[in-house]
Amino acid sequence: MKKRSREGFSLPIYILFTAVTLAVMLLCICVGSVMLPPMDTLEVLWNGLTGAQGPVNEMAANIILPVRLPRVLCVALVGASLSLCGGAMQGLLKNPLADGTTLGVSSGASLGAVTAIAFGISLPGFPFAGSMVMAVLFAFGSLALILSLAYKLDSSLSTNTIILIGVIFSMFASSISSLIITFAGDKIKTITFWTMGSLQGSSYENALVLLAALALFGGLVIGCGRELNAFAVGEDNARNIGVNVRRVKLTVLICISVLIGVCVSVSGTIGFVGLVTPHMLRSITGPNHRRLLPATLFGGACFLMLSDLLARTLLNPRELPLGVVTSFVGSMMFIYIFYMSRKGR
Amino acid sequence: MGAMLEVNNLTVRFGQMTIVDEISFSVSPGEWLMIIGPNGAGKSTINNAISRAVPYTGTVLFEGTDIRRSKSREMARNIGVLSQNHYVGYGFTVEEVIRLGRYAHAPGLLAGGKDEGEEKVRDAIRKTGMEPYLNQSVLTLSGGELQRTFLAQLFAQDPRLLILDEPTNHLDLIYQKQVFALVGEWLKKPGRAVISVVHDLSLARAYGTHALLMKKGKIVSIGSVEQVMAPEYLNQVYDMDVYDWMRQMYGQWSGAAQT
Repeated sequence: MKKRSREGFSLPIYILFTAVTLAVMLLCICVGSVMLPPMDTLEVLWNGLTGAQGPVNEMAANIILPVRLPRVLCVALVGASLSLCGGAMQGLLKNPLADGTTLGVSSGASLGAVTAIAFGISLPGFPFAGSMVMAVLFAFGSLALILSLAYKLDSSLSTNTIILIGVIFSMFASSISSLIITFAGDKIKTITFWTMGSLQGSSYENALVLLAALALFGGLVIGCGRELNAFAVGEDNARNIGVNVRRVKLTVLICISVLIGVCVSVSGTIGFVGLVTPHMLRSITGPNHRRLLPATLFGGACFLMLSDLLARTLLNPRELPLGVVTSFVGSMMFIYIFYMSRKGR
Repeated sequence: MGAMLEVNNLTVRFGQMTIVDEISFSVSPGEWLMIIGPNGAGKSTINNAISRAVPYTGTVLFEGTDIRRSKSREMARNIGVLSQNHYVGYGFTVEEVIRLGRYAHAPGLLAGGKDEGEEKVRDAIRKTGMEPYLNQSVLTLSGGELQRTFLAQLFAQDPRLLILDEPTNHLDLIYQKQVFALVGEWLKKPGRAVISVVHDLSLARAYGTHALLMKKGKIVSIGSVEQVMAPEYLNQVYDMDVYDWMRQMYGQWSGAAQT
């Protein structure tokens, strides 16, 4: 008999993933409206990291440390978080089209953030925590509402029912958001930010919050890999083999809501990231969540960093909203998956 | 010998409808209880209640303990369920699906000491004849192969009581025979019992030791297969002369074999 095959990745694979991600990150820091030589970039990063003083390219230092690095970090973390959420939702609901965007969770979260800003809801001492907390709460509320509606209509939670409800809810939430934005015009500077998403002007603080959320809640989701496998085979089967169905579902949904809420409050709604990456990766890693979920972190980070690079450079010096790029790729992917799953039946 | 499973006054309601109405019965080790009756009698709902998939009133005791108080994993180590059809969403391999059966036995977060589980998994794969399919995607399997995959998962899970919900509903004759023969073999080990819902009365008679005949959520008769499947009960439940019909059908077969 052959040795029992490992379910997760081995260390060399993780090292490879990290190397690729770092390479993409370096590329995205170097390329932009001003091209920077990679060696100078590395030197600036090294000096920035160690605090060393040295003969550095002055211009490179002024571009990288305050502007490009925080932005690229935020993009990578948002990409990783959204992709992880997509992968987890697709497993939990046994639905390859599930994603924060298609289920309307992102729109819900952005409605929360818009409400907080328009009505000046904030936590004392933490200026941007108000919109973040509201985004998380609204994300969870939307998810709970959509799922309970879907269960009521169709207890087997078929692909079409849940996506339809998601789309309708998404339109509803967006319309309320637009309404609030119209009446609170001066408070919310750019409407496109909330509808299309952008990480222009991201700060290290943003990156830190994203990292903390990903480490805690993303870690929890990845820890549920086996349970998500069982859900992906079928919720009844999960119950039969001894998965605490209710607890796992609640845990994963709360984690997803927090991650999406935090991402939306930092970056606006960046559509379809959670749809694209898990789908592309599944053909490499297979559907097993113990491999798929860790892979989505790296894949999502790379995908969004490259999309952001495209958004920044395609129509240089003008910048496209990041969401335009991802939605373009994502909607193509959505049609492809839908078409293939229909054909397969 | 004490009962393994004891069901007392089990009632399941969906809204205003009473699907299962104050049903009590028990199952002891070595028994294969066949739940029979026409469509809509509430047969599958009993199974769903025992496997905690639907809310119910009354009590279900497994070896004296109320199943409502068992943890999910403990429950799965006691009771295993095979349902009638499966649609797997993604292309998991057969082996991955079978190995999920060991979930309830996994020691917490850290996977260690898998020796016994490994043996159970191999045994389950061998018994169900799934060796050639291990690396195949479940999406490419036929209905019968898929059912055998889930049966293997169930054997790997190694519960004490097996619940089968119309396990061969969509399967052709050869797979029906395979599934029932495999379960019959499984039951031979001491300390095990089976409850199954079947439509086919001949299958019930051939494999069951006991039977529970239902109509409209109530028990019409319960006891050994011979007692329960007596003409007076069957005819009453199915509103027809079941024995006459069976004789006609199987008479044709035996006639054909002779010529």
